[in-house]
Amino acid sequence: MFEIVRKQEMAKGTIIRFDIAAPKIAQKILAGQFVILRVNETGERIPITVADVDKFGGTITIIFQVVGKTTALLRSLDAGNFIKDVVGPLGKPAHAEKIGTVVAIGGGTGIAILHHVVKAMKEAGNFVISIIGAREKDMLILQDEMNLISDELVIMTDDGSFGQRGFVTDPLKKYIQERSDIKLVYAIGPIIMMKNVCKITEKTKIKTMVSLNPVMIDGTGMCGGCRVKVGGVTQFCCVDGPDFDGHAVDFDELEKRNLMYLKQEKDSLLFSIR
Amino acid sequence: MLDYDVKYLKFKTYLNTYCPHCHNSFNVKKKDHDVIAFKARYKGQEMDLSLSPYLDVFESESSLTVETDDFLEDLFCPHCKNSVIDQSRSCEECGTAVAKIIISAYSKLIPFFICLKYGCQWHGLTKSDERTIKLKIPRQEMPEQDQKLRVHNFIEVPYGLTTELALLEAGRCLQCKNPQCVFGCPVNIDIPNFVRLIAEEQFDEAAKKIRERNILPAVCGRVCPQEDQCEVKCILGIKDNPVAIGNLERFVADFERKMDLIKIPAIKKIPNKRVAIIGSGPGGLTCAADLTLLGYSVTIFEALHQAGGVLVYGIPEFRLPKSIVEAEIEYLKKMGCKVELNHIIGNIYTLDELLENFNAAYIGVGAGLPLFMNIEGENLSNVFSANEYLTRINLMKAYRFPEYDTPKPIGNRVAVIGGGNVAMDCARTALRCGANEVTIIYRRSRKELPAREEETKHAEQEGIKFKLLTNPVKYIGNDLNWVKGVECVSMTLGEPDESGRRRPIPLEGSNFIYDCDMVLVAIGNGPNPVIFNNAPDLKRNKWGYVEVNPETMETSKEFVYAGGDIVTGSATVIQAMGAGRTAANAIHEKQSKMK
Repeated sequence: MFEIVRKQEMAKGTIIRFDIAAPKIAQKILAGQFVILRVNETGERIPITVADVDKFGGTITIIFQVVGKTTALLRSLDAGNFIKDVVGPLGKPAHAEKIGTVVAIGGGTGIAILHHVVKAMKEAGNFVISIIGAREKDMLILQDEMNLISDELVIMTDDGSFGQRGFVTDPLKKYIQERSDIKLVYAIGPIIMMKNVCKITEKTKIKTMVSLNPVMIDGTGMCGGCRVKVGGVTQFCCVDGPDFDGHAVDFDELEKRNLMYLKQEKDSLLFSIR
Repeated sequence: MLDYDVKYLKFKTYLNTYCPHCHNSFNVKKKDHDVIAFKARYKGQEMDLSLSPYLDVFESESSLTVETDDFLEDLFCPHCKNSVIDQSRSCEECGTAVAKIIISAYSKLIPFFICLKYGCQWHGLTKSDERTIKLKIPRQEMPEQDQKLRVHNFIEVPYGLTTELALLEAGRCLQCKNPQCVFGCPVNIDIPNFVRLIAEEQFDEAAKKIRERNILPAVCGRVCPQEDQCEVKCILGIKDNPVAIGNLERFVADFERKMDLIKIPAIKKIPNKRVAIIGSGPGGLTCAADLTLLGYSVTIFEALHQAGGVLVYGIPEFRLPKSIVEAEIEYLKKMGCKVELNHIIGNIYTLDELLENFNAAYIGVGAGLPLFMNIEGENLSNVFSANEYLTRINLMKAYRFPEYDTPKPIGNRVAVIGGGNVAMDCARTALRCGANEVTIIYRRSRKELPAREEETKHAEQEGIKFKLLTNPVKYIGNDLNWVKGVECVSMTLGEPDESGRRRPIPLEGSNFIYDCDMVLVAIGNGPNPVIFNNAPDLKRNKWGYVEVNPETMETSKEFVYAGGDIVTGSATVIQAMGAGRTAANAIHEKQSKMK
């Protein structure tokens, strides 16, 4: 049993932040790695990439958007409640070494994961330009935290209610034109966003890393449910990822695979409402 | 000591006895008890002699006092007065003359002998007679759930032997002096003795006898391939069917569990000796149990949220109810063994970190990396590895979706690739999850199917179709990336390959498409690499399996042992248990020397 020590509602309650007491995991987990949690006895196992970690306090931070049955169930928990199972660290950590200028792009809840990666990139001594985006002002998360750890921060909203109006790809194009020293682009967010970022960086061959979030069960490479095609080769996201070279990832396949349980997800929600 | 020599007559059997000359019955009904009544001559005097008709007692009462170790001069029929002494035989214990009477047993009349020496308890049949009554009992079949009903539920298919059936089946055992079945068993269970104890209705003792060598009898009784291990060695199997050792093991284990007879043994702890077991599958559990019994402080690390390994995520409920596995693990915990769930060794602790806190470690993580054929379309939606499908249904209980949150994959026409036990499990599970048609696609013929005959038989009974000598070449998807068919090629069998099985060769131009909306790939597993994170000094072979010294199961890394599928590749539950035991013994030997 893992205690939720702090709960924070963000983005009008659609995005939730939990600090979970998991001292052993907190000692080990690195940026880019994820945990799998199961809320209760009848719950499913869901992977969530860790947004932050407090080694001394022994807590890990997860930030998730409420999209289905399990995330709704998680939202219903309060500080002091327990999550039945949390297992980690899983996956390979983000490769954080000093390379120069890094552009970090985050969209939606992807900003949460990006936060942990940027922190690691910054600690490694890189110059980090962060571009974060959301649909509207209220949906944007972690702008203060990102501002603190980034050398430059650009905020984008689809409707222009905060920061600049437009998509995260717009400032990326501008930066690529202006600066020739960008060594790495890290893009974490919706599949469509990562795909579009990769399309842009492909032209100038800037190495682009993306963090994928396919369907997963055990997270140890045992089930193969998280298969993604990278460079024409099938990889298991849970053990080979979750970060991959974005230029090699088959996003179309991933997009379609993630829709596999659309019907069951609806059924599950309907069942719990009844 | 009062013993009875008649192996194949049930203890306390009521004997119906007849005169071999006039065929009149010796049995006389008395007011409160029946007796077998003879006339006898002792010291020249005629006397009445009565014996109890129950096989275990056989007490006698006589009208004259006969001194112990004295023998009767004659014994004759009270009806025809003919002597029943058989000159051709003598007592097998004291050599005295014996009387021959006829008894009815198993609807046959058989000669039965009684020693004439007063005080000698010997009585019995000749060996040849024993054999004749023996072979008349066919192998007892376990009652099973109706094949039409069971495809709609996840309740276990065989109900197990009833007490009556178990007694009959146990009675079939020949009690060989040199029992081959014991050598067939990877953990050398004392099979003849536990079977004898069943025949004697001492089920609790039989359970103890099995537990001396095997801590998971309820599991092994169900999933061991006995037909290739103990039962294949059974002498009865030469002319008849072998004794159903597995079914008897299961019977005893179920009896023990249901009657709550499982006792926690007293354990003398060895101070400061700690062993880490990585993986809570059958091998890890055995190693843990053996070391716990020896007094070690044992901690099992399990990556998933439930202990049991393949027993809980792989083998379906209808073949091995999960409550049984839970009971076995509870037993281990009560013995003092710690189980740490949600711990992935390699990630949360490396092997080196483990060795800082433990004197030794045993790796029993299994082969947990599903293999694919690397053909086109394998990443289409609704193409699953057997591992994923079974894990969803068994471990996550998706068959009870939406009560349980894990989505249940939906398929009406299901193709299962492969012909092993896992393929059968997948096929039968898919049927129970509502598929209309399930077909097993296997590249060799029926004869080479690697699945147990029992599993294949059950699958056939339930209406699983078999496309043999067929191999998939690619999966075809619709515009939503959803699988809609599998292109197959017909195969023929060529010369035997290194495994001794005939190599399948594709027949060119024989391609056809099998329409389906779900594919389950059950072609085996490779070694999962997670355990090897930060453990470069653990030597592995070219397939990635851990190299061990087969005598001790110790790896190239001192104090680290390994066994089961991570060493051998996919094998059986009991083989993993055998490896766990070998390692436990080796760990104990090495640690004892170190002090």
